Amino acid sequence: MKELLTRHVQNALGALGQLARQPVATGLTVAVIAIALALPASLQVLVQGAQRIAGNWDSIRDFSVYLKPGTDLASARRLAREVSDHPAIATAELISADQALEDFRSDPAFGEALQALKENPLPHTLSVRPESAATAESLVEFKVELAGRPDVDLVQLDTQWLQRLGAILDVIRRTVWMVGGLLVGAVIVIIGNTIRLDIQNRRQEIEVSKLLGATDAFVRRPFLYIGLWYGAMGGLASLLILLAGFAILAAPLERLIALYGGDYGGLGLEPATATLVLAGGVGSGLIGAWLAVARHLSDIEPSV
Amino acid sequence: MIRLDKVTKLYAGGREALRDVSLDIGPGEMIFLTGHSGAGKSTILKLLALVERPTRGQLLVDGRNVGRLSADEIPAYRRQVGMVFQDHKLLEERSAFENVALPLIIAGIARREIDKRVRAALDQVGLLDKERQPPRALSAGEQQRVGIARAVVARPRLLIADEPTGNLDGELSLEIMDLFHRFNSVGVTMLIATHDLRLADRFRARRIVLQRGEIQSDVGT
Repeated sequence: MKELLTRHVQNALGALGQLARQPVATGLTVAVIAIALALPASLQVLVQGAQRIAGNWDSIRDFSVYLKPGTDLASARRLAREVSDHPAIATAELISADQALEDFRSDPAFGEALQALKENPLPHTLSVRPESAATAESLVEFKVELAGRPDVDLVQLDTQWLQRLGAILDVIRRTVWMVGGLLVGAVIVIIGNTIRLDIQNRRQEIEVSKLLGATDAFVRRPFLYIGLWYGAMGGLASLLILLAGFAILAAPLERLIALYGGDYGGLGLEPATATLVLAGGVGSGLIGAWLAVARHLSDIEPSV
Repeated sequence: MIRLDKVTKLYAGGREALRDVSLDIGPGEMIFLTGHSGAGKSTILKLLALVERPTRGQLLVDGRNVGRLSADEIPAYRRQVGMVFQDHKLLEERSAFENVALPLIIAGIARREIDKRVRAALDQVGLLDKERQPPRALSAGEQQRVGIARAVVARPRLLIADEPTGNLDGELSLEIMDLFHRFNSVGVTMLIATHDLRLADRFRARRIVLQRGEIQSDVGT
């Protein structure tokens, strides 16, 4: 057991040493992997940022509920309370008919016309702001429920817009996963191909080792470790790229989000994203190495 | 120890390298396999290294039919056989020490033990002072001696050598054969394929002459 562990440590260090002996080639491969991994990761971070900004755009989802004319103020208040208690709703502000009329009267464009009216033609209105986490579906459902109530005249909620916004975010999210998947696939191919070349270069060593009684596992192990190192170094380098990118973007982003009344709150590399990038690097390194080894190592049999 | 029972080897393309060869080799024997090139010397060694398998007949080593070993069983078998090649097959980018250590690393021997045994093997072939040199820094004779140290370092009971002196002049050849003789005298069974009859004549050893895939003569000591 201890021997096996020692052997693995030796293989791991040996693979690292082999990579260190050809720094230029190793550096180029690592750079390609790092860039390929950094692309989907930065997209992911941008989507997170966009969602945070969208969260501050709550007003774009505000809607109005017009009550039937003649509804008394007490039941209007009751409805406002009920609406604001709904889980999908953040606040529901009641604008009474009198209040609305006051507002219009103070507006010089309407002032005189309104003087001529004997009765207040305006209904009570609720100005409703949904929770930022509320889904489009839950809001549409709530709209139908509200519109069905006897004292509600009209719910002015642009459901189409809500659904469009949800659909756009869905498309973007899926695009990120797709681009991510493609680029991880590219990393696997890059590492696989690099290791294929490595196997060809070390053909003699593999043949001799097999003649001296090396098992397939013995011959395979150094290449798997090389794949693992490529992946790990590529993952680390891509984290550096991402951090540098955020450092460059930090100031303008902060200004942009502040302009939308948002809180910058340290938009950047979350531990989960960083872990995913590293795991993606190591995982695709191992898979690429394994594919190359499975495909090409069995071709090499010693011929004396 | 080794027994070939009516072994026939056909290569792809139909060339018959061995035809119904039967042969018994006892433990501790030293044998020269001679004959013209293409007579079947190398094929016998390839069968023993399990690089090739018999087309017909049985190849028994210690009573086991090794001609039928599965791919998984071959590595463990090969670790018990020392091999010396005409072109020595040393790894160019590794030092003499690392080349000799390779069979022990493959066998999973502990590092400290490896150091000791590699130095002992290099000492036996007289190259202890060159352990750090890569093969290209060594003379042809020295390279072959490193190859021999690598073949014996794991203490195999059987050592096979295919034209080990093929690239060496007379003096160096004699040196190599002397080494083989010394290993044989401590009990290693030795099978040496060579076309150099004058060299073989200088040692008291069983000599098997092959001709067109058949045993022409088998003269004991």
